[in-house]
Amino acid sequence: MFQFLQNLGKTTRSSFAKLGRASFFLSHTLTGISDVVPRPNLLIKQVYSVGVLSFLIITISGLFVGMVLGLQGFNILSDFGAEESLGVMVAASLVRELGPVVSALLFAGRAGSALTAEIGLMKATEQLSGMEMMAVDPIKRIISPRFLAGFLSMPLLAALFSAIGIMGGHLVGVGMLGVDDGAFWAQMQASIDFQEDIINGVIKSVVFGFVVSWIALFEGYDAIPTSEGVSRATTRTVVNSAFSVLALDFILTALMFGDI
Amino acid sequence: MQHSKTQDTLVGFFVASGIAALFYMALQVSNLGSYTGDDSYTVIAHFQNSGGLKVKSPVSVAGVRIGRVSAIRLDKESHESIVEMRIESQYNNLPSDSGVSIYTAGLLGEQYVSLDPGSSDEYLKDKSTIDITSSAIVLEEMIGKFMLNKAEGK
Repeated sequence: MFQFLQNLGKTTRSSFAKLGRASFFLSHTLTGISDVVPRPNLLIKQVYSVGVLSFLIITISGLFVGMVLGLQGFNILSDFGAEESLGVMVAASLVRELGPVVSALLFAGRAGSALTAEIGLMKATEQLSGMEMMAVDPIKRIISPRFLAGFLSMPLLAALFSAIGIMGGHLVGVGMLGVDDGAFWAQMQASIDFQEDIINGVIKSVVFGFVVSWIALFEGYDAIPTSEGVSRATTRTVVNSAFSVLALDFILTALMFGDI
Repeated sequence: MQHSKTQDTLVGFFVASGIAALFYMALQVSNLGSYTGDDSYTVIAHFQNSGGLKVKSPVSVAGVRIGRVSAIRLDKESHESIVEMRIESQYNNLPSDSGVSIYTAGLLGEQYVSLDPGSSDEYLKDKSTIDITSSAIVLEEMIGKFMLNKAEGK
């Protein structure tokens, strides 16, 4: 019993301590961003490794998700003789939910884990300490450009995911299943509101990009500098990112579309 | 920094395609492509029942969309529904004795306002009121009446 209480206290204390470290880390990273602006080369390199290298998985997944939506939506909607609403269904579910959420999950798996492993290994091989010895702030030099790159790439990736998904839905719905082309687009345009749907989807993906980059970089920076520690940190990045993205998505959806 | 140029190109391509996707969604997917600016005027109509009409429902003449419903509220005195419509100002020659009715697009589709032009020489202006209105057809009401007639006929 006594042991149990002691363990509970220890867990609580250490999780709060971690939250505190994460907050300090975040504020340090954010102030470091002002030093990235005069050196865009650092940023471009990171946008390449975070964004461009995620481009292929995002576009291909988007295409398939859109095609599946087209197929499933057609099956259900044709029961009600409402195949023409396929465009609305595909576009609304992609723009509002699937685009930001699925691309954030893929982003966490593709880019987030790589960031954690990279930073964790830098720490394990004492590159970060070496930088500090040379009076270079590793957070400003290493972390901030990566954070900014993740934060900027996420909305672009989510927009690509949604746009390609809608094209995939169009390919299946209009090209293969014979939904009327005009009705597909017209009903979509009549129902999807620019501010209500598209801007809110972009806001979601901005939030997700912020959170996933933060978690990935912090877990790497906070990793125990051994090979096992780095592997655990990478796992935690993917698990915690997925969890935060889905939980935040519910909160954001309730704020944006719900009447709570 | 050997790869810098290809990297720059790829990053540029990535950013450009991301922004293109946003534009694509804004123009092709959302209603922004058919956005009506402030270049419009408001007309008002009182309906006994505006049914399932919603803000942003289309207003059309002969099937051509000329504006959108901008507000729906209840008149506290007469308990009628007051529907405000924003008509694009290029359609400024609608006769003032035009009538409006609420129709449904398809059997289960969304409801819209249809304006039937009259023959007056005077035109509708900003804030003018349309007097000739016919209410939305509520399906339940019609079925109710039909059933009643059937029952009485026996």
